[in-house]
Amino acid sequence: MTDSVNQPRTLFQKIWDNHVVHAAEGRQTILYIDLQLVHEVTSAQAFEGLRLAGRVVRRPERTVATADHNVPTTDRSLPILDVISKRQIDTLRDNCNDFGIQYYDLNDPRQGIVHVIGPELGYTQPGMTIVCGDSHTSTHGAFGALAFGIGTSEVEHVLATQTLLQDKPKTLELRVDGQMRPGVSAKDLVLYLIGKITTDGGTGYCVEYTGEAIRELTMENRMTVCNMSIEAGARAGMIAPDEKTFDYLRGRPEVPEDFDAAVERWRQLPTDEGAVYDSSLTFLAARIAPQVTWGTNPGLVASVDATVPKPMDYADPTEQKTAASALEYMGLKGGERITDLKLDRVFIGSCTNARIEDLRAAAEIAKGRKVSDDVSAMVVPGSGQVKKQAESEGLDHVFREAGFDWREAGCSMCLAMNPDKLSPGERCASTSNRNFEGRQGKGGRTHLVSPAMAAAAAVAGHFVDIRQWS
Amino acid sequence: MKCFTKHTGLVAAMDRANVDTDQIIPKQFLKRIERTGFGEFLFWDWARLDDGSPNPDFELNQPGVKDASVLLARRNFGCGSSREHAPWALEDYGFRVIVAPSFADIFYNNCFKNGMLAVRLPEDIVEQLFGRAEKYPGYELTADLNNCTVGDSHDFSTTFEVDSFRRDCLLNGLDDIGQTLEHEDKITSYEGTH
Repeated sequence: MTDSVNQPRTLFQKIWDNHVVHAAEGRQTILYIDLQLVHEVTSAQAFEGLRLAGRVVRRPERTVATADHNVPTTDRSLPILDVISKRQIDTLRDNCNDFGIQYYDLNDPRQGIVHVIGPELGYTQPGMTIVCGDSHTSTHGAFGALAFGIGTSEVEHVLATQTLLQDKPKTLELRVDGQMRPGVSAKDLVLYLIGKITTDGGTGYCVEYTGEAIRELTMENRMTVCNMSIEAGARAGMIAPDEKTFDYLRGRPEVPEDFDAAVERWRQLPTDEGAVYDSSLTFLAARIAPQVTWGTNPGLVASVDATVPKPMDYADPTEQKTAASALEYMGLKGGERITDLKLDRVFIGSCTNARIEDLRAAAEIAKGRKVSDDVSAMVVPGSGQVKKQAESEGLDHVFREAGFDWREAGCSMCLAMNPDKLSPGERCASTSNRNFEGRQGKGGRTHLVSPAMAAAAAVAGHFVDIRQWS
Repeated sequence: MKCFTKHTGLVAAMDRANVDTDQIIPKQFLKRIERTGFGEFLFWDWARLDDGSPNPDFELNQPGVKDASVLLARRNFGCGSSREHAPWALEDYGFRVIVAPSFADIFYNNCFKNGMLAVRLPEDIVEQLFGRAEKYPGYELTADLNNCTVGDSHDFSTTFEVDSFRRDCLLNGLDDIGQTLEHEDKITSYEGTH
């Protein structure tokens, strides 16, 4: 353990201290991992590595798997047509069988995006260390866990040892004071923060989000915020657990049997008064407007009532070059009003924004309206359980009547590994997390927005300022 | 794990910031369950035209850099997805060293796990190297992990920092898992008390 235990500590420091298995000068720390989430795309080579070395999974009960990245979002009773995808999914199933790992298969009503089902089933808990071979593992930090994405070699390391070799990251407090204006969502908040600190501003840091605007967020909103920490370069983002966290978890299948005792432990986690972060930045919630990305990384973002920037708006030559190349790819010149940008596609889904509150926010906009004739729009729930809940509330009818496609759960067009993808040149309003070139299909042009902004854009055929929607 | 001590190789310069792992290896190639064979798909969407033929404008398709093994890049190289397929593809293509002002954390880690050296140098020095790569045809750099230096044959030399643990592992090609399992008693004792 470290000598800092009696000093005021941050949430991060407490979790770190509590998971140190071995620390030695000049070596990486061996950190215990409480939970590893596994999906089909980044695990096959790790299991193969175990087999080649004759190793086993050290703690299969601390390992949970599902298929999400590659899965079709159409009728699940039909066979998967893409044979290579099918082989990858079958491989995950076989590996889970062989190594005794809980696997939620495609026909399980609990299947879904790994970062949606972890919290939903109560696997994700405050104070835990959680990893997954997926950069959006930061999502789970919303519960006051230290959660981050890892590579496949590290997946194998955790499978074999239930630990990870880690350098201790620095801490960055992103504090958002005051209350957000009506029509402004958690997605807008996090896009705004990424715009301010840029796409690599969080590199080397674990972020803790603090302040009134963060405390006010629901658990699902907090997941949206933490999810996108990696888009600012921070491997992990976290929010201190509070009553909302405990209320969310109470009664979920995988939470500790003695839940009240666990809550008492979890209450000790929030950052102590007087604890110091390596860096702190403060923002005002009232300044945040609905956000729309215009470029090819999530830091290239503007308020919906603004215009697309021009390269000359940037002082740094590398940033000018980045902006110019982003504008060219996006089919923009700079100077266009964001609300004038016309759309071909709308995608509501992903581990960022495919939970029930996201679907409710989108459905509220879509209700009684029609998707523009020029737009093709789809809604992909984050999990089987989200889908079921939405259907029990009639949201599927709202979406279908408005002309949205209503799909099965999966990552879908967030990364377009499955058949859901953009065609070259198509412009898409997407609730996902990355607007990289080709992310949603080669040549596709992605603008990241909130669920309500995406739904309104689907109806109008162009971006609209949701604050003026009536 | 593969070891790395010293490497001299032809430099390919990629003058773009924030190159993300979706570009390094696009998602359509992530369905494979092997670790090898990703090199031919490296930077696919940039390297190929719509008909699959090589894009003559792409940096790595320039005649002089076909055999490059040192990649000179801009800030925040390897951002985005955690896919280790990105370093697998770079390594399989033939790269042994990547030099940039900064790397995304997960990618940086993944490079070292695959015997590739990622070298962080200050932005002004990287700028200088871009200038030299343009000035000298067939420009080569030597990266020496023993001495933590990068240099060329035109009187340029600089040192770089890398943490001693990563350096040790890479110099000796140590297996991370094997090393951790040397502390298995500590893991077991941790599990007994938590």
